[in-house]
Amino acid sequence: MTVITFENVAYSYGGGELLTDVSLKLAPGSFHFLTGPSGAGKSTFLKLAYAELRPTSGRVTLFDNDVTKLSRDDIARTRRRIGIVHQDCKFLDHMSLAANMALPFTVSDRESSPQDMDDLLGWVGLKHLADALPPQLSGGERQRAALARAVIVDPDVILADEPTGNVDWEMSLRILTLLVELNKMGKTILVATHDLNLIRQAKAQIQARVLRIAKHRVQLAGADL
Amino acid sequence: MRLPTAKPASPATRALEVVPPSGPTAWLTTFTAGAMTFLCVFALALSLASGRLATRWSEALAKTATIRLSAPEEQVQIQTDAILTALASTPGIKSYRLIEDAETKQLLEPWFGPDLPVEALPIPRLIEVVEADPPYDAEGLKQRLTAEAPGAVLDDHTRWRRPLAEAAQRIRLLGVLSIALIGAAMAAMITLAARAALATNAEVIRVLRLVGAKDSYIARAFVRRFTLRALTGAAIGAAAGLVGVAALPAADAAGGFLTGLGFTGAGWLWPLALPPLAAIVAFLATRRAAFQKLRELT
Repeated sequence: MTVITFENVAYSYGGGELLTDVSLKLAPGSFHFLTGPSGAGKSTFLKLAYAELRPTSGRVTLFDNDVTKLSRDDIARTRRRIGIVHQDCKFLDHMSLAANMALPFTVSDRESSPQDMDDLLGWVGLKHLADALPPQLSGGERQRAALARAVIVDPDVILADEPTGNVDWEMSLRILTLLVELNKMGKTILVATHDLNLIRQAKAQIQARVLRIAKHRVQLAGADL
Repeated sequence: MRLPTAKPASPATRALEVVPPSGPTAWLTTFTAGAMTFLCVFALALSLASGRLATRWSEALAKTATIRLSAPEEQVQIQTDAILTALASTPGIKSYRLIEDAETKQLLEPWFGPDLPVEALPIPRLIEVVEADPPYDAEGLKQRLTAEAPGAVLDDHTRWRRPLAEAAQRIRLLGVLSIALIGAAMAAMITLAARAALATNAEVIRVLRLVGAKDSYIARAFVRRFTLRALTGAAIGAAAGLVGVAALPAADAAGGFLTGLGFTGAGWLWPLALPPLAAIVAFLATRRAAFQKLRELT
C-alpha cells in the first residue's frame, strides 16, 4: 500500500497551470521535505494531498482511494487518518487548548483518553497551558499545539505546511525533533518548507528525501542540497 | 474552562460547544418565532371561527324557509288556507307551521316594545317551512303560491344567507393562507439567520472539516441551536396568543361574528401544535441552509 500517490497530476487555477505532470508515491513510514520558492505550489500540493483541492487532470490516490471518487463524508473519514499542520494554524478560539487538541476525537463522536491527552500535552511541552485559550498562546506554542492536535487520533500521515515559518530557530529544531520522533514511530511525514537549514538538520538525524518544485514540476532532489 | 479530565459532556452537547456562542443577535430568532406564532394563533382563531360560522349558516340556509303573506284583511284567512293546502301536497317538505300572532308579537317586541297592538297593524302572516331530504322544488312552490295565494312570498333565506356563508368560507381560506404565509416567512427568516451564522463561523467550519468532521456533525450544531430557539420563541408566542384569545369577550347566544372569534372544545389543541410545528420548520430550514453552505466549503 502507498499512502499518497500522484499520477500525472496537474492543477491549474484560472490563469495557468501551477503544477504539471506530477507523479510520485509516498511510501508508508517515509519522510519527505517539499521545497521550492514561495508561490511555486507547495501549499497547493499539500491541499491536493488532503483532498482540499481536486486535480484538474491526472489522479490523486489517498490510501488507495481515488480522490475524485470520494464523497464529502469519505473525505472527512480520510482526514481522520491525516494529521495536518499549517503555518498559521487555526483553532477554535472559544475553547481551551485541551479541548482544541481533543477536537479530532470530538468531531468523530469519540472520547480521548485523559492519559493520552496528558502524555501528548507533556510531549509537546504544553501541559501548563491546557486551560489556556488559543489566542493567549505564542507562535511556537500554537505550532506545537497544532502538531499535537494533528497526531492525537494516531493518523498514518502528517502533512505540515511551513510548520516552522513563524518560529525562531530553537523552536524550529524542537518541532523538527517532534516530527522525527513521529517518523520513528512509523508515521509518513511530508513537510513543506523553504528552510534549507532545517532540511540539512533533519538529514543528519534521519533518512529524509527532498522533493523540489521547479517549473511547475515536482522532482526528487539529489544529494546536492 | 473544562479540563479533558473533567466529566465528559455528551457528544450532542459538545457538538453545540464547537460553534462559538452567537452573541446578542441570538434572541432575534427567538423573537421572530415568537411574533410569528403569536400572529398564527389569531389567524388560526379566525379560520376556525369563520369555519364554524360558514357551517352554521350553510346548515340554517339549507333547512328553513319562511312564507310571508300580506293580503287584504278579508283575504288573509282564505289565502292562509290555500297556502297550507299547497304545502300539505308539496313533496320535499318535512314540516310547516303557522306562526301565531302571539309569537309574531314576541318576535317584534325587541323593536317595537311589549305593548304593540299586533291586531291593529298590517303585519304579514308568517309560515315557517322546514325542508326534507331531498328538498322541495323552491321555484315550483313559488309559482304555485303565486297562482293560489297571490299575496304570499316564499323567502327561502338563500338570498341573504348564501353570500354570508360564502364570505365566511372566504375568510377561512384567507386565514389558512395567512398561516401558510406566516410559516413560510418564518422559514425564510430562519434560513437567513442560519446562513448568517454559518457565514460568520466559516473559519470554525474550516477547522472542523480539517480535523475530519462530517457535514452532518457540523450541521447538527447549528440545527440544534436554531430549532431550540424557534421552539422557545414559538412556545412563548403561542402562550401569549392563547391568553389574548382567551381574554376576548365570550360568545353568547346573540353573539355575532366578532365575539365568536376564539377556540371551542378540541380547537384549543390547535395552538398547542404550533410550537412543535415551528420547531420542525426551523429544523428543516436550518438543515437545508447548513448543507447548502457546507457544500461551498471543502
